[in-house]
Amino acid sequence: MSILDPVLDDFFWRALLGGLGIALVAGPLGCFVVWRRMAYFGDTLAHSALLGVALGFLFQTNLNLSVAATCVLLAIVLVSLSRSQALATDTLLGILAHSALAFGLVALSFMPDVRVDLTGYLFGDLLAMTRQDLAWIFGGAIVILALLYWLWQGLLMATIHEELARVEGFPVQRLQLVLMLIFSLVIAVAMKMVGVLLITALLIIPAATARRLASSPEKMVLMAIGFGMIAVASGLSMSWNLDTPAGPSIVVAAFVVFLLIYGVIRRARA
Amino acid sequence: MTTTDAEPLVRLDQVSVSFNELPVVDRVSLEVRRNDIVTIIGPNGAGKTTLIKAVLGIQPVTAGRIHKAHRLLIGYVPQHLELQPTLPLSVRRFMALTGAPETECQSALARTGIRPLFRKSVHHLSGGEMQRLLLARALVRKPDLLVLDEPAQGVDINGQAALYELIRDVRDELACGVIMISHDLHLVMAATDRVICLNQHVCCSGYPADISHDPAFVETFGQPVAESLAVYHHHHNHSHDLHGDVVDGEHPEHVEHHVHS
Repeated sequence: MSILDPVLDDFFWRALLGGLGIALVAGPLGCFVVWRRMAYFGDTLAHSALLGVALGFLFQTNLNLSVAATCVLLAIVLVSLSRSQALATDTLLGILAHSALAFGLVALSFMPDVRVDLTGYLFGDLLAMTRQDLAWIFGGAIVILALLYWLWQGLLMATIHEELARVEGFPVQRLQLVLMLIFSLVIAVAMKMVGVLLITALLIIPAATARRLASSPEKMVLMAIGFGMIAVASGLSMSWNLDTPAGPSIVVAAFVVFLLIYGVIRRARA
Repeated sequence: MTTTDAEPLVRLDQVSVSFNELPVVDRVSLEVRRNDIVTIIGPNGAGKTTLIKAVLGIQPVTAGRIHKAHRLLIGYVPQHLELQPTLPLSVRRFMALTGAPETECQSALARTGIRPLFRKSVHHLSGGEMQRLLLARALVRKPDLLVLDEPAQGVDINGQAALYELIRDVRDELACGVIMISHDLHLVMAATDRVICLNQHVCCSGYPADISHDPAFVETFGQPVAESLAVYHHHHNHSHDLHGDVVDGEHPEHVEHHVHS
């Protein structure tokens, strides 16, 4: 680690490294969000993250852990409720997303001795990235990428056609659960960077940009990672030079790349 | 898997499926053996798709039992595949997801007549090409039982006849059993061994020639449909020696509409 010290001691480099690490997992996950039309679902999970922060303070546990756990719980509740079909899924998501956010805010107000930087959680505070955060990001990224690589065929088949996948012997329900877990983990770590309100954008914009160019699911994932990294690097430089907030700058950069790709390449490829 | 022709590949014993206490499939018994082509027909909402999903094992049954032959391998052609346009996918990649080696994928595509499309995107296929791709995916697994849910949906009328003929040929080659759902009564009647008319319960079943006279069939589909089928079948028997090229010209289009309504 000593060789890395000059890099890790500088907050800008920590922010860049953390951002690139998040782009590494946001790429493949963003593709699943785009393929499975889960954008609103991702929003709901992100909103519940603040409740996770409150619970973390309440039980004095690691905040990343409590956020991930809260997301997992909410994901399980969502999946089981949407199966019962008493309410339309978008209604259900709307109820749970905003209730979770409201509960989080209310719960935090009961802890006056805890000073929480709310804007940090809502919009991200990438420049405050610590070494411990970096360890979480890269540890999480390794686990997530390994899981995705291992389960790739099944996840892809279940995304293309759930019943066909089941008939062909893939454990679809378990795969979906794993995807939820990965989702929750990514949100827990990415929240640090762009905040609750912008996570979905960070997931879907690079993936949507990649869709324009990719001819296979795997290429789309690699391109989404690439576009995510470009957005992180250029967003952070923008933040550095123009003194703009880091998280929103990254999303702005991602959007500019998206516009460029869709503007330059007029011909739609499959 | 090895079974003799006499042993059923799958046997349904008084199978019922209910949603919220409402029976969608009501005490259905049927069996499919090797080389059988069993066609399920019936009005919309008759529980056809629910029934085959129960056979596939992706729809739990409320009552009754489904016996399957040991290590039964099922090939499934789902109804009307809606692929997300956001997912870039080539025919080659879609075939590879079956886990079969590329040469086998290619020969399965050749078998269904779409090998030239190997490198094409699945999003650029026509309805008929998509059905042939799905059939190729089912075939490459070398199934004992082929289950098709309205295989000819979205296929033009000439393509439909060709598709049913292809299914028959495939059955001959693989010596597999076939269960399919169809709305194309006039085509199905010629291509099938046994017809099951489903309206929650099995309202009648038997050989195509007999079933159109069955009072239960007439009641479900109406006199005009039954008559047109009877006429058609007479014609078919008459020209059986010509083999193939099922002509649809004589059959007024309204036959199908009656069924759909």
